[in-house]
Amino acid sequence: MKKNMNKTTRSNFITYGIVIVLFAVVQILSSTGNLSRLLTGLLVPLCVYTIAAISLNLVVGFSGELSLGHAGFMCVGAYSSALFSHLAADALPPVPRFILAILIGAAVAGVFGILIGIPVLRLRGDYLAIVTLAFGEIIKNLINILYVGADKNGIHAATTSSGLELAAGGKKIMKGALGISGTATLYKEIKPYFFLIGVLLVLLTLFIVQNLVHSRSGRAVMSTRDNRIAAESVGINVTKYKLLAFTVSAALAGVAGVLYAHNISMLKVSVFDYNMSILILVYVVLGGIGNLRGSMIAAIILYALPELLRGFANYRMLIYAIVLIVMMLFNWAPAARTWRSRIAEKIRGGKTKKEAA
Amino acid sequence: MAMLEVNHLSIQFGGLRAVDGFHINIEKGQLYGLIGPNGAGKTTVFNLLTGVYKPTEGIIRLDGQDITGKSTIEINKAGIARTFQNIRLFKEMSVLDNVKVGLHNHYQYSTLTGILRLPKYFKVEKEMNEKAMEILKVFDLDKEAEILAGNLPYGKQRKLEIARALATDPKLLLLDEPAAGMNPNETQELMDTIRFVQEHFHMTTLLIEHDMKLVGGICEKLTVLNFGQVLTEGETSEVLNDPTVITAYLGE
Amino acid sequence: MSFISYLKDGISLGSIYAIIALGYTMVYGIAKMLNFAHGDVIMVGAFVILTAVTRGGMGPVPAVILSVVVCTVLGVVIEKVAYRPLRKASSNLAVLITAIGVSYLLQNLALLIFGADAKSFVTVIDVPSVTLFGGQLVIKGITIVTIVVSVVIMVALTWFVRKTKPGRAMQAVSEDRDAAQLMGVNVNATISLTFAIGSGLAAIAGLLLCSAYPTLTPYTGAMPGIKAFVAAVFGGIGSIPGAMVGGILLGIIEIFGKAYISSQVADAIVFAVLIVVLLVKPTGLFGKNIQEKV
Repeated sequence: MKKNMNKTTRSNFITYGIVIVLFAVVQILSSTGNLSRLLTGLLVPLCVYTIAAISLNLVVGFSGELSLGHAGFMCVGAYSSALFSHLAADALPPVPRFILAILIGAAVAGVFGILIGIPVLRLRGDYLAIVTLAFGEIIKNLINILYVGADKNGIHAATTSSGLELAAGGKKIMKGALGISGTATLYKEIKPYFFLIGVLLVLLTLFIVQNLVHSRSGRAVMSTRDNRIAAESVGINVTKYKLLAFTVSAALAGVAGVLYAHNISMLKVSVFDYNMSILILVYVVLGGIGNLRGSMIAAIILYALPELLRGFANYRMLIYAIVLIVMMLFNWAPAARTWRSRIAEKIRGGKTKKEAA
Repeated sequence: MAMLEVNHLSIQFGGLRAVDGFHINIEKGQLYGLIGPNGAGKTTVFNLLTGVYKPTEGIIRLDGQDITGKSTIEINKAGIARTFQNIRLFKEMSVLDNVKVGLHNHYQYSTLTGILRLPKYFKVEKEMNEKAMEILKVFDLDKEAEILAGNLPYGKQRKLEIARALATDPKLLLLDEPAAGMNPNETQELMDTIRFVQEHFHMTTLLIEHDMKLVGGICEKLTVLNFGQVLTEGETSEVLNDPTVITAYLGE
Repeated sequence: MSFISYLKDGISLGSIYAIIALGYTMVYGIAKMLNFAHGDVIMVGAFVILTAVTRGGMGPVPAVILSVVVCTVLGVVIEKVAYRPLRKASSNLAVLITAIGVSYLLQNLALLIFGADAKSFVTVIDVPSVTLFGGQLVIKGITIVTIVVSVVIMVALTWFVRKTKPGRAMQAVSEDRDAAQLMGVNVNATISLTFAIGSGLAAIAGLLLCSAYPTLTPYTGAMPGIKAFVAAVFGGIGSIPGAMVGGILLGIIEIFGKAYISSQVADAIVFAVLIVVLLVKPTGLFGKNIQEKV
């Protein structure tokens, strides 16, 4: 049992190590001028999707519920934090402002996680999936018609631009479908460090999820996944622990949203649709359900793939689709699995023969 | 005083009274058997006792406390733990973790303590590991602690279910066909284990069983259920020689 | 009168959702999977008609028949190549993700062949409008056709499933796949047939959708696909009358939401109603409530 502790701890540290090594490699490439502009632009979004995938895995992999609304929580985190950044732009220096923005994005998304989780977690399986999708779309639709501005009288919110009735000198921050612009410029001073911040947030996410999973609460969460009825029979409050996983996952998705919102010049709600949720789910499933390191690696490869295929112009998404289907079949089809283990055996068999000779 | 006292327990599914006026009285420390032909309603009785189903009428008292109509979770906390006829382990978790889930309500530290790995986390986890290993040793499962529960052989899975139930520190243990699918050697070994648990943990046990050898070998008292009703009850030897019981089992 | 006019539009849109939802629900009921690519089959069907008429110079009827044949074959091929190998996979998420991959594949193939710009759909259904109440209510020909077609499909499908041998095989596979196999039902053939019917219906849905809303892009099928999926869940996934009722209700709610509340939040209203229904009745309007046996 001592060994067990060491084994999981070692595995956790390997994961952190991979992140740090990747970061170091990127830094070296970047300082020697070997990193293209295209790749440089991908770095922060890569962190965003990695955080999103790891946090979704907490729900899909560890509490065993299929959620198709992850983008909705990212959206909430993105908008609440961007709004805060604009409101506090003159009041706080960038570093504490950004830290607060992250905390606010996480908290607001977490609260949404609780509010949505309470009704949703009563449902099972595919019904739960479709309702999370529905909530994601509702969030997107409502933010799409929300206008927020600020003037000397305080904060105004309305569903039309003119409805804001701002006093002279007031500024519009959220402009419905046009979203929030200029958030990144509020952080000119720390913008060069966004990749570093992103990597730190990835490490933080890994820290939270890995430690949660290997704790008393995490075991309770997994027991509800493996067998709900048995979990109740040993006194586990199934709803409580499913909600815990859902809420932590939502809050971390909120963090991903914060990073996203502060890295682009124009934050638009339309990107946070069900396609984004599905994209993140693809990372989770392909990386291995319940495998955090896998989620991370799948997110990095699959996010970068279509971008790196830009040279193939129109063919890139086609290639992506084919790669996705083939990888799924290769990874999951029982026939492919037997075939793979046979091949592996052959290779191993060949080796031992050689060694014997 | 009786550990379990049940009166007039009934449940109706649509037009069917699956359990009708069931009663039982189990003294502390007793090893009690619930037998009856297939479909007699034995597992339904377990589901009523553990709150999976809410009884239509009747009263259930555990150690003097009324637990009628409470939830499965509350009933477990009140002191009833069970196993399942169709094994329900946490298959994707290790054998050790299965037992640690059973210990969940007896060892406390907050989620945040766990995430932040505060000293209390290490202290309590160490205690939990020790306690879990102690229970696993009783069932000779300590060597398999790191294996995924789903990969254990069948007989050991049944044992692990009992170990997990015991981890919740119950007053009353309900075993639903613990010997189902076991060969005679495994059954014999299981009987010894149940006897050991009874003494070592000062347990009170109610078990459903088809294997007459097992029932006759370890149960002190028996209740026979037929068509949802109590056919007869009493000392094991008397009940097993009762002609009505033989008829119920073998038919006219 | 505007109320009745909106109701008519709602029923018309809902009928299209219903036809798509039938495809979703049949596939779900029998293959136990969410075929995310179903919406994109609709798009393929519409492109086949458009190309056959404008480039191939075909008449409307042969074009529609061609479209149904192409979609039917496409559905069967997709099932065989992409879904069947995963039928016994350890996680049912695997086949869901593969279906998403197929969806991307169809969209991007269409993008390569036809480009991203919206095409205007050809008039295939040419039925005169009906004017009622002295000109106060005009019902377009396409509306009448849509409603009639969906009712015919619903009746035919119900008859097929209940009364024919392959239909009963579908019911058997849906109830218990292994038991059906032991009873001599050819499970593979039955699932193929289900995909064939569902995809054939998608071609018809594509025709009706693009006749009522005559623009066509590679992404045309995606949102109606999601909405129809919602409709299927709403009605109780796996249930044929459920898909029909769910589809029509969804269409009505969407049109009323657009007309009386706001066109921008119409989708939010649709999804909100779905959530409320599922919270009150967790398996949808016509869904069976199956309790796990302990």
